[in-house]
Order: sequence, then structure tokens, then C-alpha cells
Amino acid sequence: MIEFRDVSKQYPDGTTAVDRFDIVIPSRKTTVLVGSSGSGKTTLLRMINRMVDPTAGAVLIDDEDVAGIEPVRLRRRIGYVMQNSGLLPHRSVVDNIATVPRLTGASRAQARARALELMDTVGLDRALAKRYPSQLSGGQQQRVGVARGLAVDPNILLMDEPFSAVDPIVRTDLQQEVLRLQRELHKTIVFVTHDIDEAFLLGDQVVILATGARVAQVGSPAEILAAPADDFVADFIGAKKGKRRLEVASRRDDDLVLADSAGFPVGLLARSQAYSVSDKTAQAGDA
Amino acid sequence: MGWLGENLGLVVDLTLQHARLSVIPIVVSLVAALPLGWVISRSRLGIVLLGVGNVIYTIPSLALFVSLPAILGTRILDETNVVVALSLYGVTLMMRGVADAFGSVSDDVRQSARAIGYSAAGRFASVELPLAAPVIIANLRVVSVSTISLLSVAAIIGQGGLGYLFTDGYSRDFPAEVLIGIVATLVIAVVFDLVIVAAGRILLPWQRPARRGRARASLALSPDAAGGAS
Repeated sequence: MIEFRDVSKQYPDGTTAVDRFDIVIPSRKTTVLVGSSGSGKTTLLRMINRMVDPTAGAVLIDDEDVAGIEPVRLRRRIGYVMQNSGLLPHRSVVDNIATVPRLTGASRAQARARALELMDTVGLDRALAKRYPSQLSGGQQQRVGVARGLAVDPNILLMDEPFSAVDPIVRTDLQQEVLRLQRELHKTIVFVTHDIDEAFLLGDQVVILATGARVAQVGSPAEILAAPADDFVADFIGAKKGKRRLEVASRRDDDLVLADSAGFPVGLLARSQAYSVSDKTAQAGDA
Repeated sequence: MGWLGENLGLVVDLTLQHARLSVIPIVVSLVAALPLGWVISRSRLGIVLLGVGNVIYTIPSLALFVSLPAILGTRILDETNVVVALSLYGVTLMMRGVADAFGSVSDDVRQSARAIGYSAAGRFASVELPLAAPVIIANLRVVSVSTISLLSVAAIIGQGGLGYLFTDGYSRDFPAEVLIGIVATLVIAVVFDLVIVAAGRILLPWQRPARRGRARASLALSPDAAGGAS
């Protein structure tokens, strides 16, 4: 469990990035912080591994204040995946993944063996192990980034807009990969994005942030979609513009799905034979 | 060619002396410029250092050669004077390049190294230095060539290696001797350059262009490379 207690961050020039932020991030779930640029979401993420220290308040991991943990030691036990992968360009794929285990004292052979296993885990061909990051595609680099984040088998995985620089098709792949990994590994994932669709897809808990890390709404995707807390949230999730007039529809195979205004299914509500097929079957099913 | 045949021993001796006298300042430049360049890239003190460097660099070489004995307490014909003078020029030239080199390390990579748990020292040794190395090496090549050519000037105070062939050839109005001096200087410069480049190749394997076969394979293997979105 990660807890933000009345956390603020003020920079010396007087700008307030975070103002009295208060939230609990449950263990073994995915929490997505979503907001536009300037909402302080990355700042919040970086407070967890002390890349940024708050000017007031406290961040606690399992009831332990991170301010009391030596930053380098803290960071080595928290996975971190960032935009543009942040891979070390002068290290091969396998050595990139093995970096943190090596830092924490694993032998070269051990660390490499573990790295190769992780390549399987994130769906990378082992043949790529000796390549350098610049010889990989953007999507492959992000997979390496995820593998590196998992290398010390951390309880917490921080993901800072990891997929915002890859093209939409690859992004979809990677998002599915994260969902699959999370089903297998049950990490406490804190994921930062500006893409509300990505937030709803990945998050068990979604935190919608306004400027200065003001919490506009916290809840499951369903709760937020069903009852946006205010106009800001409604606007942010696109409910107002009719971009996301979701409705319950049913598909040929009788699963209940959520469909948007164009009849495009966006999510599965229930897998059931019991619901009778409504008139909308044809419309939603064809989409 | 008759002159060269008769004076081969002299030319070889001068060449070796020239190489020996230039290699020390080149190494000193590299070693001293690494910390100085890092400081310049990191702190406000850097502007002061660069200013001092610029002033040193504008001192005419001959003036420095003849005034160093007074400062160092060495004899006027001591080769230490030449080595120190060339080191000073080398360091001032090199430290700016090293600062640029550290500045060229992507902030993303620096932040990422920090985020995954590198200590400051570990980050310098394992991330910043290797990534700055290509630019550092490029600058070292410039310093190498400039040191080798500048050394000839010291012939006027009797410590110029192959520069002796220039002064001697000029005073005797004998162009062939000057030409041989130029060729021998070029040979030293080329050999030094090749050594630096080879060292770079060995130390920085990720900089090597991918071999042809591999490059083709990588294109075929990565389906999303064609999209080129990143």
C-alpha cells in the first residue's frame, strides 16, 4: 500500500506542482494517475521513489515513510519504466535488463540468466539479447524497459507514460501485455498517462487530476463513467462532447458489452447467456 | 632522396623525440580535462574556468615557451617547458570539448539511470562517461593533431622534434628537408589518430555500425520498425 498524506510540492521559484494531495494506492492493483500536462502526475509518481521529495506531507510505503529510506536503496527495489524506455544506449538488451540486479549484487551469470527469462515474460525473442537499444523498434524498446522494471521482482512498479511515444497499434499490444502481466504477477502498479482511454483500460483505480494535482475524482473506471463527479471530469472523459456516449449493448454471442455512440464495443460488462438479445444486437455486433 | 639516405638516423631520432614529446601533453590533456570538463558542464564555476582557459589559449606559444622557465624554475632548454606549455594548450582546448560531451548525454538516460538506482558516482562511471566518450574521443583527435603540429614551434628553443628540420631546412634554403619534416609530422599525426580511433572502437562497441547481414536481419525481424513512429 502506498499512501500520500497531505503532500505538497513547491519549487523554489514559487510554483506549486502539488497542493495537499491525499490518496491511498492499494497493493497488488493498478492505479492510474491521469491528467493533462501540468497536473503534477509525474511529480507524484517520482515522489514514490524519491526522485522528487515533497516540501510538505509524507509518502508512505506499507506505513513506512520513504523520507527515512536512503534514495538509492529505495529506487533499487522499485521498478521504473519511463517514456522513450530510458534504456542505456551503450548496453545490450540483456545487460540493460540485468542492470539493477547487478547493482544490487547479483553475479553477472545470475543476472543474465534472469534477464533472459524476463525477455520471455515480456514477449521478446531471446535472439535480440545481444542487440543494442538503437537496433530495436520503439515497441521492442518499451518491452525491454518493462523487463528491466521487473528485473529485481519489485513489489511496486512505477510506469511514467511508458507507451505515449509508440504508434497506436504497438501501444494497444503493449497495453494488453501489461494487463496480461498484471494478471500473472499482481504488482502494485502506479501508471501515469494523459490518455483517459488507457487509464480506463488498465486501471483498477483511476485518479483524475486537475492542475496542481487536485484530485478531481477517484474510482474504478465504471464508477467514473457512470457518475462523473463534476463538469471537469465529465469534460475530461469526453462525456460532454458525446465522444463517449456509452450504452449497454449486446453482441451476437450474448455477452453484454459497452458500446460507444458509434456502436463500437469498448468493454465487456458481463459474459452471460441469460440476457436476452436486444434490438441492438445487430448494430453493436457489426461494429 | 640522397639527403634522406644520409640523414635517416637523424630523421628517425627526431620523429621518435617528436612522438614522445607530444604523447605526454595529449595524455595529460585528456586526464586533466575530464574532471574540469565535467565541472564546466555542471556548475556556474564553469564560466570562470572557460574564461581562464581562453586567456591561456591566446598566449602565443613562443612567448609561453620562453617564459615558462622563469615560472617553473626550469632551465631554458629543459624539455619540461615544452611539455607543460603544450599540456596547457591541450587542456584548455580539451576541457570545453569534454564539457560539450557531458552536455550531450541525454537527460532521459540520466534520469532513467537515477530512477533505477544508480548512485551519483556509479552514474558518472557507468553511464555518463561512456556515453560522453564518443564526443570526448572526437575532441581528443583534434588535440592530438594540434599538439603534434604545435610542437614544431619549439624547435626555435631547441626542443621541437621534427621542427628542427623546418628551421634547419629554412636557414639552409633546402626545401627537401622541410618537406621531409612535414611528411614525418603527418605520419606521426596519422598514427596517433589511428590509435585513438582504434581505442574508441574497442572501448565503445555500441558505436560500431551494425554489420550488413545483421542490419538486414534486424529490419526483417522487427515488424513495427517499418512504422517508424518512434
